[in-house]
Amino acid sequence: MSGVGLDPKTAPTFPMAAKAMLGDTQLRKNVRHATDVIQGKRARVVGEMPDWQELREAGRQIRQHTMKYLDFYLEEFEANCTRAGGVVHWARDAEEARGIVVGLVKASGSDEVIKIKSMTTEEIELNTALEAAGIHAFETDLAELIIQLGEDRPSHIVVPALHKNRQQIREIFQRKMNLPELGERPEDLADAARMFLREKFLRVKTAVSGANFLIAETGGVCVVESEGNGRMCLTLPETLITIAGIDKVLPRFQDLEVMLQLLPRSATGERMNPYNSIWTGVDAADGPRVFHVVLMDNARTEILADEEARQTLNCIRCGACQNACPVYRQTGGHAYGSVYAGPIGAILTPQLQEMQHAQSLPYASSLCGACYEVCPVKINIPEVLIHLRNRVVRQNTAGVAGFFDVEAGAMKAMAMIFRSERRFRAVQRLGRVAEGPLVHKDGQGEGWIRWLPGLLGGWTQVRDLREMPKETFRDWWERRGDNGN
Amino acid sequence: MATDTVTNSTRDEVLRRIRAATGGTSDGGVAKAGWEGIARDYRRKGTREREGVLALLEDRLRDYDARVVRVAGGRVAQSVAEMLAERGVRRMVVPVGLPVAWLPAAAGAGGVEFVVDEGLSSGDLDDFDGVMTGATLAIAETGTFVLQSVAGQGRRAATLVPDYHLCVVRAEDVVETVPESMAQLQRTAGLATTFVSGPSATADIEMTRIKGVHGPRFLDVILIV
Repeated sequence: MSGVGLDPKTAPTFPMAAKAMLGDTQLRKNVRHATDVIQGKRARVVGEMPDWQELREAGRQIRQHTMKYLDFYLEEFEANCTRAGGVVHWARDAEEARGIVVGLVKASGSDEVIKIKSMTTEEIELNTALEAAGIHAFETDLAELIIQLGEDRPSHIVVPALHKNRQQIREIFQRKMNLPELGERPEDLADAARMFLREKFLRVKTAVSGANFLIAETGGVCVVESEGNGRMCLTLPETLITIAGIDKVLPRFQDLEVMLQLLPRSATGERMNPYNSIWTGVDAADGPRVFHVVLMDNARTEILADEEARQTLNCIRCGACQNACPVYRQTGGHAYGSVYAGPIGAILTPQLQEMQHAQSLPYASSLCGACYEVCPVKINIPEVLIHLRNRVVRQNTAGVAGFFDVEAGAMKAMAMIFRSERRFRAVQRLGRVAEGPLVHKDGQGEGWIRWLPGLLGGWTQVRDLREMPKETFRDWWERRGDNGN
Repeated sequence: MATDTVTNSTRDEVLRRIRAATGGTSDGGVAKAGWEGIARDYRRKGTREREGVLALLEDRLRDYDARVVRVAGGRVAQSVAEMLAERGVRRMVVPVGLPVAWLPAAAGAGGVEFVVDEGLSSGDLDDFDGVMTGATLAIAETGTFVLQSVAGQGRRAATLVPDYHLCVVRAEDVVETVPESMAQLQRTAGLATTFVSGPSATADIEMTRIKGVHGPRFLDVILIV
């Protein structure tokens, strides 16, 4: 694991990475424990709400409505934020966004920034760009601090270090904070982080944040957090730079009444997270004197243009789909090769990356639908996954002969076989004979095929196949006869 | 000027892409009408009696490790003195505009020093044991109180840096649900607003909830009935 950001351009494909992760039993144990705990808490507080489905529906409609009129609401946000003393910038892609933020930090006269956890800055690998410009970024969220000091990579949208247990975190803090006597109780570790960061909060003059919501009606920004590190970043420095995807806008202040009910319960299983901050521009006596907002596209408009996939933009980054996903729970987040892991990562990342990279991610799902069921804004992730699988196939077959001709030919042959009982039975008999040399018996005497030759090898690379039964259902049915039981 | 030009062309390009994706420039009037058509069949108003709402708030606050006491209006100062003595705090910062009647008289306060925040630096704030404020409102269902940058509630830094927060909430400012709170806050939506639910907390280590990471670790609430 290196400190380099997660980048689908360089990451191994999901099946390869997942296979490696499955071998890490400690990681799987940590991930399972954390997701079990959050799911339990979520189910309890969602169960308290008699109107949960009505809230989800309102959430879906608000997000869908916003996307439809996105240009109007962004311009409204810009006008109101500017009127309140904020400065609004626009960025077409990650490179422009990084350039704007680096420029603003330099203009603030600081070579250090404090940062509150932000998926957007992870997405554009901002810290690397800041370091390259001679600016040191301090992550202040406890989990992000663990990741940064451990030169690790985040593995969950809400709880980025859930793959680490307390002993592993203690080892990182002992080493990086020079605390040989540090205990391993979670309280000890949190105290160490408090001591380590307090001095930075009081000293560093520039902060970078993400945003949970931008409010068009007022020009306000909302950040949802628990530790107070967010409030430190938003409140104490002289300059605050907030970077947000253009999808983060909400039409009206009142819409928060829906989002502030859906988000905390879905994300951390709390009725309300400890702190929500809403601020509008600057206030001479309270908070930073200079406030910038960077509105970033970075392929979001391409998602917007794809009507079947547009609902991807409705995501409010709660991570509930990750916790519910049987695939994520086995592999953890790193296997996705992206800062957005789990089901939402499987649909968001390929689109942010324009599909050339991360082609395996739409297949990193069993389509069981658990993600759709827990999504607070009802994003139909399975539907989008299938849509993206179609796009992957279309992209790969466009102007390419060869493999896909073979696959198409094989499908035709299958169709021919299925149409005739005689042919179907013949192929079953042939299959039982042909699989013979490939079958290996496991400890329980069950036969498994771990490798298939030729093109079929793609299937067995990441799956084990059971041997064919000795007797087919049809044979058994016939043997059973008219009076057999 | 060069920067302005670049920024403007970038802005125009992003808006052009959005309009190309959604089928044209949005009409503000149509957008507003569409917003009004959003189905809001969730609970907009609470259903509990007054006493039930207050009891719910107390329950939710305690669930989040806050201490809560109910007092009659005339007994706030005494209750504050007791709370501070129990917490063992010596120096409290208070915002401009906090009702003087809430502060214990110097003699009865067990020697606690109250300092009014008239632009204290972050470093100065770090030297205080605690902060005492009022609140705009409280939400029973979530155990939340809402602070705004107004007299009696102060600057955001003041309620953040010290390790202890004592908040005084009037029973008439308690609502049951989140939508009721947003309706009340609408008038002052432009103010810096902070929703506080329990003391600072994290669950980043093995999902174990730990009180107090960077914000106040201890939270007491006095409910004036």
